[in-house]
Amino acid sequence: MMGKTIFIDPGRCIGCQACVSACRECDSHRGKSMIHLDYTEPGRSVASLPTVCMHCEDPVAPCAEVCPADAILVTADGVVQQADTTRCIGCANCVNACPFGVPKIDLQAKLQMKCNLCYDRTAYGLAPMCATVCPTGALFYGTLEELQAERPGVQVADSFAFGDVVVSTGVAMVVPADKVQWPVPGGLPVVEVNGVDVR
Amino acid sequence: MTAAPPSRPLPVDPSIAPPGTRNFRDAGGIPADQWHADQNGETLVPTHCCFCGVQCGMYLRVDRGGKVFGVEPRNHDINRMRLCPKGINAYQQVNHPDRLTAPLLRHSRDEPFREASWDEALDFTVSEIRRIQNRYGNDAFGLLGGASLFSEKTYLVGKFARVALKTRHVDYNGRLCMVSAAGANKLAFGIDRAGNPFSDILLTDCLLIAGSNVGECFPVMTQYLWGARDRGATLIVVDPRETAIARTADIHVALKPGTDSAFFNSVLHVVIKEEMDDESFVGAHATGWEEVRDKVAEYPPERAAEICGIPADQIVQVARAFGRADKAMAWHARGIEHHSQGVENCLSVINLCVATGNIGKPGAGYGTITGQGNGQGGREHGQKSDLLPGGRSIMNEEHRRQICAIWGIEESELPPAGTSMMEMVWQMQRREIRGLIGICNNPFVSLPNYAVVKDGYDATEFHAQFDFFLSETAANAHVVFPVTTWAEDEGVMANAEARVVKHNKAQEPPAGVRTDTWVICELARRLGAGAKFDFPGSREVFEELRIASAGTVNDYYGITYDRLDETGGIAWPCPTTDHPGTPRLFEDGRTYHPDAKIHMQVVEWHPPMDPYTSEYPLSLTTGRTVAHFLSGNQTRRLGALVEQTPRPWVEVHPSHGFRNGDPVRVVTRRGSEVFPALVTEAIRPDTVFIPYHWPVPTAANALTIDALDPRSKIPEYKVCAARIEPAERVDEVPAPPTAPGREAYPEAQVSRADPLPPTSPQGRGTAERG
Ligand code: SF4
Ligand code: SF4
Repeated sequence: MMGKTIFIDPGRCIGCQACVSACRECDSHRGKSMIHLDYTEPGRSVASLPTVCMHCEDPVAPCAEVCPADAILVTADGVVQQADTTRCIGCANCVNACPFGVPKIDLQAKLQMKCNLCYDRTAYGLAPMCATVCPTGALFYGTLEELQAERPGVQVADSFAFGDVVVSTGVAMVVPADKVQWPVPGGLPVVEVNGVDVR
Repeated sequence: MTAAPPSRPLPVDPSIAPPGTRNFRDAGGIPADQWHADQNGETLVPTHCCFCGVQCGMYLRVDRGGKVFGVEPRNHDINRMRLCPKGINAYQQVNHPDRLTAPLLRHSRDEPFREASWDEALDFTVSEIRRIQNRYGNDAFGLLGGASLFSEKTYLVGKFARVALKTRHVDYNGRLCMVSAAGANKLAFGIDRAGNPFSDILLTDCLLIAGSNVGECFPVMTQYLWGARDRGATLIVVDPRETAIARTADIHVALKPGTDSAFFNSVLHVVIKEEMDDESFVGAHATGWEEVRDKVAEYPPERAAEICGIPADQIVQVARAFGRADKAMAWHARGIEHHSQGVENCLSVINLCVATGNIGKPGAGYGTITGQGNGQGGREHGQKSDLLPGGRSIMNEEHRRQICAIWGIEESELPPAGTSMMEMVWQMQRREIRGLIGICNNPFVSLPNYAVVKDGYDATEFHAQFDFFLSETAANAHVVFPVTTWAEDEGVMANAEARVVKHNKAQEPPAGVRTDTWVICELARRLGAGAKFDFPGSREVFEELRIASAGTVNDYYGITYDRLDETGGIAWPCPTTDHPGTPRLFEDGRTYHPDAKIHMQVVEWHPPMDPYTSEYPLSLTTGRTVAHFLSGNQTRRLGALVEQTPRPWVEVHPSHGFRNGDPVRVVTRRGSEVFPALVTEAIRPDTVFIPYHWPVPTAANALTIDALDPRSKIPEYKVCAARIEPAERVDEVPAPPTAPGREAYPEAQVSRADPLPPTSPQGRGTAERG
């Protein structure tokens, strides 16, 4: 399956936000971080979960598919790029289309911004900034074999189910070995639509 | 006016750049021609993070003009590219708009500061030192150093106090950090450092972390913890809060603050009862075993469980996990050290390691994690009130003779031991100490019982501070000397593993700024001791330090700048220049006591100093957040870190009936302050927590007690009696003070008005979700 990519292991994340700071330092976003750090059980636990762009493969990048300006390009090696600033019209279609909630809109500049797997680094063999600094290895950059050599028995998933729709991604997620489930349920359960309980 | 110190040209000239300096391309970066044109020609200067005791390696990115403008991860042994948010943002302080660039001076605290020339500031300081010492005696002037200083500078602080100021009163802020562990290690092993390198964590089968929020305070160390977990090691975390590492531990012992030694005594009780102790190791290597065994017999799990507020079963579980492991290790930090029984707490952990034979082997041992970058090295060379260089005792006749010979003074001239940092503040209150120089510390935020601290400092007739930002304490001074950051000078620090690493100079200091070394030597010269302080820079000081430490337990003689550049760090003791250093202690089964044995010590638990009553039923405990460092003088000015954690909060259990963000008044016997509530099940119902990086009126240390451990003199930060009650509104977070003519870094103001950070600090739940 995947070649060199990011593996996310929420079980190791300590919520330190080094990834957020590092992303801000990376030269391609100029002071803005493209990482989301979520707290999954606030008030109960300190558990946290980083989200980078998942670089969807199948269907190919929903964000790019819905872009009316063809601003989001996908490279041959599967990296979904940040919107091309000469094309992006800031319409936020991509924001709505992304099942993982990744792209952001710079409201002042009316431009989209998203994680591009630090293309300026990865294209030259370096790891993305976030995965380079992550103190715990919750963000790991490399191949599956490299990951498994370091963490024997680790299980990963690269398919996520949103209701009936399954999205396969270039970035993979470490899942608990005793609870392997495929595809991994993605998103939040829909409980309410326009104020109507649909459970 | 004397000339500025000789300065080295810009590091961008490869012929004179620090060893290891690389251009971006060589360092594995992007070919310059295919990258941002404006950064072509940048260089990467290898150095280390200025903050915690992990001492991560990093490169500072230096532009063509010779200015630090960014950071790049560095593949150093300690951190293997990893950095935490403090490390990533540290470079922003180097050219920060709040930097002090001229001495500030005023003759009385009622006047505003004005910028003065170096000559005027130095002359005024020297005349005040003379006036105070002539009138009240030499000991009426005190010196307080810091453990974020390079070891060369801490050596100079100790020498300056004794040789130039001729005062007994010198101490340092490492006194607030890990001196309990230092004391315990000295008592048990005759050497004051961790027994094992971090890399041993990867080899252990059972890892016990006591009182250390590793994920937030030493984030990069977490990779070793998780590495041990990958190998299947059992993780035990002892902490009243469910921290990020406690969350995934096999056993999380959420004991009541201040009960650690009862817990560890009881664990040892079970180890002995179930015959998991290593009699042959103890018999061959330790003294005091019978006494310890008799004492822990008094701590059956049922009794300890009651004291600690935990299930008795958990004590048995921990004992079995630790006792049965092939190789077990214990690391601890301020959580068990910041107590009026801090030394005992550490000794109780050591007793457990020794009794189970887990000493001096790969993957088996003990360690303390230093909070400050140079918390370990900062006291090794004479900055502490009772220590001379090389860890020699100032009370020991022979040690005194040796140092006097090196310093070229008469033995009668060398003052006796002084008092500890907090005791010096009490002496300031009593007008026994009337003048003070502070170097690289901020007691207005970092010492307990703020009212006493303020009173003590206000009572001084003269107060000078060295700093590169105007700290809350510097704002109280008469003279503030603008000094260099870690990126503008070179020097060594010893990290939590006692590995000595070298920091390199990445840029010239801004005009008007001098190195601490230059200021100390210049003051000494004006005090008439110039001949003994003829140090052009850190290199020359290090040469004297090496000699002064030769032959002691803290032997640095074999460590040279060149070797440090080549090796990336050497652990002391290192007696000769071909010695590889000593990453792991006691491999030959010998300790540093004359009898080569481990001296086990009897530990008796006693309750914390601030008694609980119906009026003050809860425990208040304090600690750090991942985004901030110590008193926050540095990190509270860096936009990204302020945004990450803009203000303190009080962590309370849901059983108290508060909702997130509710204003909660925390009351102790020292005072009261109002914080927003952070309601979480990750804390004991009988305990509340406040992070301590902010000044009054949002200072945890306005509430904590200034009780000290009788041996280490560390304050009891981690437990005092408190109550909480609803309040009208939260106290405002004050902006950091800035010098006249300077403005607080605008980005640092981000979100300051918000009651809580935009994202919940450490996910402890600020936003209720459906
Ligand atoms: S840097 Fe790593 S551990 Fe820290 S928040 Fe990001 S993913 Fe989590
Ligand atoms: S873990 Fe410590 S030394 Fe490493 S980057 Fe963070 S603060 Fe600096």
